[in-house]
Amino acid sequence: MRAIQYAAPRSLGDAVAILQERGNKARILAGGTDLIVQVGEDARDVDVMVDGKHIPELMELSFDPEKGLTLGAAVPCYRIYEHPEIKKHYPGLVDSTSIIGGTGIQGRASVGGNLCNSGPAADSIPTLIAYGATVRIVGANGERTVPVENFCTAPGRNVLAADELLISIHLPAPSAHSGACYLRFIPRNEMDIAVVGAGVSITLDDNGIVTAARVALAAVAPTPLFVPEAGDSLVGKAPTEEAIAAAAEIAKNTARPISDMRGTAEHRKHLVGVLTRRALHRALERARA
Amino acid sequence: MTTETKYRVIGTRPVRPDGVDKVTGRAIYGADVVLPRMAHGKVLRSPHAHARILSVDTTQAEALAGVLAVICGRDMPAVSGMAAAGEGGDMNMRYASNNVMAHDKALYEGHAVAAVVATSPHIAKEALKLIKVEYEVLPPVIDVRKAMEPNAPILLEDLRTDTGGVKSETASNIAAHLIAEEGDIEKGFADAAVVVEREFTFQTVHQGYIEPHACAAEWRADGQITVWASTQGSFAVRQQCAAILQHPIGQLKVIPTEIGGGFGGKIPVYLEPIAAVLSRKAQRPVRMVMDRTEVLMATGPTPGAYIKVKMGADKNGNITAAQGYLAYEAGAYPDSFIGAGMTCLFAPYNLKNVRIDGFDVVVNKPSSTAYRAPGAPIAEFASETVLDEIAETLGIDRLAIRAQNSAKEGDWRPFGPPYTRIGHQECVAAAQASAHWNTPLVREGKDGKKRGRGVASGYWGNWDGISSCIGRLNPNGTVSLLEGSTDIGGSRASIAMQFAEAFGVTYEQVHPAVVDTDTVDYNDVTGGSRTTFGTGYAVYKLAKKMQGEIVGQLAGLWDVPAESITIDGSSYSSNGHSATITQLAKLFEENGIHINASITAKGSNLSGAFATHIVDVEVDEETGKVDIVRYTAIQDAGTAIHPSYVEGQMQGGVAQGIGWALSEGYVYDSEGHLKNATLLDYRMPTSLDVPPIETIIVEVPNPTHPYGVRGVGEVPIVPPCAAIANAIHDATGLRLRDLPMSPSRVWEALEKQ
Amino acid sequence: MAVQIASGKVAISATINGEPQTWLSEPRETLLEALRDRLGLTGCKEGCSNGNCGACNVVMDGRLVNTCCVLAVEAQESEITTVEGLGTPDGLIPLQKNFLEEAGLQCGVCTPGFLVATKALLDKNPNPTDDEIRWWLAGNLCRCTGYDKILNAIKKTIAETTTE
Repeated sequence: MRAIQYAAPRSLGDAVAILQERGNKARILAGGTDLIVQVGEDARDVDVMVDGKHIPELMELSFDPEKGLTLGAAVPCYRIYEHPEIKKHYPGLVDSTSIIGGTGIQGRASVGGNLCNSGPAADSIPTLIAYGATVRIVGANGERTVPVENFCTAPGRNVLAADELLISIHLPAPSAHSGACYLRFIPRNEMDIAVVGAGVSITLDDNGIVTAARVALAAVAPTPLFVPEAGDSLVGKAPTEEAIAAAAEIAKNTARPISDMRGTAEHRKHLVGVLTRRALHRALERARA
Repeated sequence: MTTETKYRVIGTRPVRPDGVDKVTGRAIYGADVVLPRMAHGKVLRSPHAHARILSVDTTQAEALAGVLAVICGRDMPAVSGMAAAGEGGDMNMRYASNNVMAHDKALYEGHAVAAVVATSPHIAKEALKLIKVEYEVLPPVIDVRKAMEPNAPILLEDLRTDTGGVKSETASNIAAHLIAEEGDIEKGFADAAVVVEREFTFQTVHQGYIEPHACAAEWRADGQITVWASTQGSFAVRQQCAAILQHPIGQLKVIPTEIGGGFGGKIPVYLEPIAAVLSRKAQRPVRMVMDRTEVLMATGPTPGAYIKVKMGADKNGNITAAQGYLAYEAGAYPDSFIGAGMTCLFAPYNLKNVRIDGFDVVVNKPSSTAYRAPGAPIAEFASETVLDEIAETLGIDRLAIRAQNSAKEGDWRPFGPPYTRIGHQECVAAAQASAHWNTPLVREGKDGKKRGRGVASGYWGNWDGISSCIGRLNPNGTVSLLEGSTDIGGSRASIAMQFAEAFGVTYEQVHPAVVDTDTVDYNDVTGGSRTTFGTGYAVYKLAKKMQGEIVGQLAGLWDVPAESITIDGSSYSSNGHSATITQLAKLFEENGIHINASITAKGSNLSGAFATHIVDVEVDEETGKVDIVRYTAIQDAGTAIHPSYVEGQMQGGVAQGIGWALSEGYVYDSEGHLKNATLLDYRMPTSLDVPPIETIIVEVPNPTHPYGVRGVGEVPIVPPCAAIANAIHDATGLRLRDLPMSPSRVWEALEKQ
Repeated sequence: MAVQIASGKVAISATINGEPQTWLSEPRETLLEALRDRLGLTGCKEGCSNGNCGACNVVMDGRLVNTCCVLAVEAQESEITTVEGLGTPDGLIPLQKNFLEEAGLQCGVCTPGFLVATKALLDKNPNPTDDEIRWWLAGNLCRCTGYDKILNAIKKTIAETTTE
């Protein structure tokens, strides 16, 4: 690895100050499972690693039935999937965080890092979009909030300015009769990058009619892909086999995958339909449970 | 008689001698070697698959603080001639030298073009970026069939096609065309009621040992070179280094470290000669360790290939003729184990009319080397799926057709000699009697997935080779057993057990150690399924030799005729005298007598190993994903010395076969760049991809070994790909003929169905 | 600026296998390099350099991590257990003993990672199911055994512990 510098600020202000001074050659180090590997392979041009794990806001993990879930940007996956309230209220997040790398990776890797790495195949991002999550960002000019679906801008790129960092991710409070699910397709049974991923959420009224649904996809576009039309097509309807199949078809037709060593474009497009349908069924089961 | 009752030690399951070190993190592997003043080497690799190297400028790199020396092709000696390299036969050492460090041409992405030694690995790696290499990029040839076309770009200007010893007049990428022929295939096919002819393609796959290549070298001022190597053969490393460095072999010592997996891939040298040259320049010991990308790009994976197989059978399922066309990608330099592929192609069967054409072809991929039964899994994938199709067409049971055509003692095989006593029939019979085969398949899997069952047989020959050992009786009655065979997967145990059996002592009384090339005589590589066979044979002879020494000494001490002394296990008696080995050891010590012996032995192994596998798969027809739900491996081990490690070999081979069948394969772009050179995208099976693997050990003793041992390491990787393909067919009706049978491929085939 | 930005070598203090250790590492060094090259704990193996094989697994502050994906400087004031801290040659823990008795290793290079990872699992969940074991170990590649005998060794350890 090239020679780098390391800083471990204790506050957001100190971290922002470093970012402000060092610009895009400074990078926040959360779990490090992407960043350290990328810098080692000269895939990212970084002079300073700014360890975010000593900043309290980045390590916050709190749930409030009224306000929802606050997920500090550097909270590792295992703390998320082992959290009793998350298991109960955000099973889609458990789906995602328990398949990112192996258990050793999950001991460090964070959802915030997954988001900032901004890979098209990131396993947590479709789930965050499905949950309607927003992110809290701080920079030299203060704070702002961005919906997750607007966060990534290109492979490996996002809306963060050089002097900004991601503080936390906020997931809205769970509504009654709601469920979510993330499914990914990989050639093995673990450890692969998603060939396709589908994160969905669905909310029913007391009569079982869909009041809200969101569908987002991984690995079928340059960024994680929010497909509002797919979810919207279910709203106001009973979530029948046919309605779900129709929503899945919309997702499939929206996907614009490429062929690479992980799968062909045709197969990926087809898989979007299959995974979206299966994920919606699973989310529905959870909504009804 | 079962093994358990026939032998005292053989057939038991003791803890291996090196086990405690390996579960406590104390075992020293290649990258763990630390030497005083040690420096660190790194290799600069070609970004191009095919390029002429016009110039290499190392001045900037040399100027970086911490850099001790930089070398490139011009620093390596000019090399010619051949050297013995073990299982693969002789190696062309000029090619081997050029593979270690490109001299004028880079022939694959990752080909070494320069190297740096520095005070830390980080500095060495940074220095690589400062080396300026000027390339003339040439068109790459990355597909075997394209490489064989008359107008294909030529990799090696001096290469001529060798057809039965006759060389072609013009340069070609085809290094050799081999032919194996028996009987009359025209007549055979004419006699057939059914003829099936199919084409197959295969990607390059890698052995995937978890330990990347690593070594250390010290070139002392007096010309003595010491190499610490993680290798399957310390003597093979010594020979290759001597040839590549043009250095007197007597001034080279190789110390084998523990080895973190090899599977054939740790026979050629890659880093060792470079480390030696760097050490000479830096005047310090140098350690070199590859990273995983270097391992995948620039070591010796197994060939990609194109295969065509045609088989005919009469209406009763008797094979009347078989024909094969095998074109293997040797990679950058010749030798793709094409001969082995041809030998194995139809090996489980007794064939009267056969013709096999084999082509060894160079392409712009890393120079291929052995991978567990090299050449066999892809060849037998072709023949075993075609035979399955014949059985289906004729309505004959899939195991029955394998039983009725099975090869047996005296039958012909390519490149001869005829088989000795072999156990294929017994494997098929054991498969037919197995719990797995007799459990009806439930065709419906989870969530509507389709299940299917497949079978396949496989063959791999056993190599004998030379093994050397030294035995010393210690004063406490234990024996120090020094071996030249490196131990990859527990051979210290299986060798010590055979010695204990032959010498009449307990396993615990034997202390085996793998020693360096100065300590023990010449020893061939651990490869070709030979170590438990060949080194086992050597220690058997060693034990008998030591017993002879003991008897000779006792005759003097007891004043009895040597012929009167009888040996019963560890007891020696004659004429009222009787003593155990332990008592004798003390007696000898008191009398200043030392019992030690060394032996160099070459067994003669004309036999081979067979296996028959049964697999149940589950296919998700919506996604194309295949899961293995049940697996049974049946194999003739001759005699299972340490049954746990025999089972372990069988299970490990199956797991590698599952990866080969479903998820592994090199992906190249049109420029010859490897796109999946990480363990993220080169997908080896995880614990979730391999089911529990049931094992059935068949024991048909090998007549050419004192304990009946057959090599067990390699054949278990042969049947899985074919068995899985046959199971996918059983589940879905698809006949897949390209590996890996990835979800994309399965799904596409289902769409076209 | 209030925060120190470290370049050059940094003094790192951590508790390794129960012993306090202080050493110097450059910020670019991974924890794996520091354990192996600075502290001589070569039981920790480098197999892939990017978190895909598990050979470099250690337990850090109670949690399994891949040390190839952790910087040494991040280990400041942490508690780390490596394979060398599990048991000694004459005091093997049951898991180590059972890997030996069940032939749960062949070449042995993945073994430290498997032992550490399994220990981390069993400390958290003393009686996992087969599926839970396989999922937990999916990040630990073994190329020799086919995993079968590793699973046997782990299940034997669980059986011995739960029946005691």
